[in-house]
Amino acid sequence: MVKQVTSLGGSGLSDWLWQRVSAVIVAAYLIFLVAMILSHSDFSYAVWQGWFEHLGMKIFTLLALFSIVLHAWVGMWTVATDYIKCYVVRMGFLVLIFIGFFAWIIWGIQILWSV
Amino acid sequence: MQVKLSIYRFDPEKDKKPYMKDYTIELPKGEHDIMLLSAILLVKEQDPTLSLRHSCREGVCGSDAMNVNGKNLLSCITPISTLKQPIKVRPIPSLPVIRDLIVDMTQFYHHYEKVEPYLQNDNRPPVKERLQSPEERAKLDGLYECILCACCTTACPSFWWNPDKFLGPAALLQAYRFIADSRDDATEKRLDIFEDAYSLYRCRGIMNCVDVCPKGLNPTQAIAKIRTEMLGDGT
Repeated sequence: MVKQVTSLGGSGLSDWLWQRVSAVIVAAYLIFLVAMILSHSDFSYAVWQGWFEHLGMKIFTLLALFSIVLHAWVGMWTVATDYIKCYVVRMGFLVLIFIGFFAWIIWGIQILWSV
Repeated sequence: MQVKLSIYRFDPEKDKKPYMKDYTIELPKGEHDIMLLSAILLVKEQDPTLSLRHSCREGVCGSDAMNVNGKNLLSCITPISTLKQPIKVRPIPSLPVIRDLIVDMTQFYHHYEKVEPYLQNDNRPPVKERLQSPEERAKLDGLYECILCACCTTACPSFWWNPDKFLGPAALLQAYRFIADSRDDATEKRLDIFEDAYSLYRCRGIMNCVDVCPKGLNPTQAIAKIRTEMLGDGT
């Protein structure tokens, strides 16, 4: 079997599985967030801030952020290997995507732990 | 009644590049609707240089798959009354054109060969035959009917972008036909060839294959079932 070094787990099975698991986590986070907002008739910025001060909310949000990045990496890797046939250009594109995702995660952590 | 067709023409010995040629045919007296293959054969009477494959004329041999008004189909079971005129006829996409509507199917058959589409069982065969229960036999329905016309595989963007690596819906449906067969005991070996990122997993489930299959089969579902088998086998 040819291992794809830039794919997430090096195999189609693990990439596929990670993409499904991450999708379930993101969906659960979105449903949770919408349910929380709908269940508070007095929803305001102060309530929102209160939620994010809770460690459980920070962890769940961080998990959702990581899941989005995992999910998007598998998707972007697939798009890149489909459409960008030149190896050098594809690697350049994937490195840019990686830097963008990495910065996004750091930025997310900074926002979450500044609450 | 007149029928207008626009047909893809390419003879590598004469033409620098392919072109579309317009034809008008007159249906035989009393005929209001004929199958597209019959219409193309009337064109061939006008222009004997037109080349195409055809054989059974009843949707069984799968040799007359073509792209008509943008969709892959079998011309022998498609009435012209269901098609907008001028009927634009092209070869099935993404395979090399040998001449006019004839494509080189080598890559398609190579993928078919790769899934080892035959029963494998190392146990000593019983005196008469390997029996199946009606339930076990029912699992093969929707799988064994594939006629290998290539309508599905050549309608799949994953095959267009990676024809050498992604096996395509037809070969994967055939693979699952033997994985699902209770008489076959090579499932583990069969699943091993699918672990890479392309052979099976390049399917993104857009279901073009289901949309075009002239036999009404569902390769996307077969692919999903192989993935489920892989989960049980690989985790």
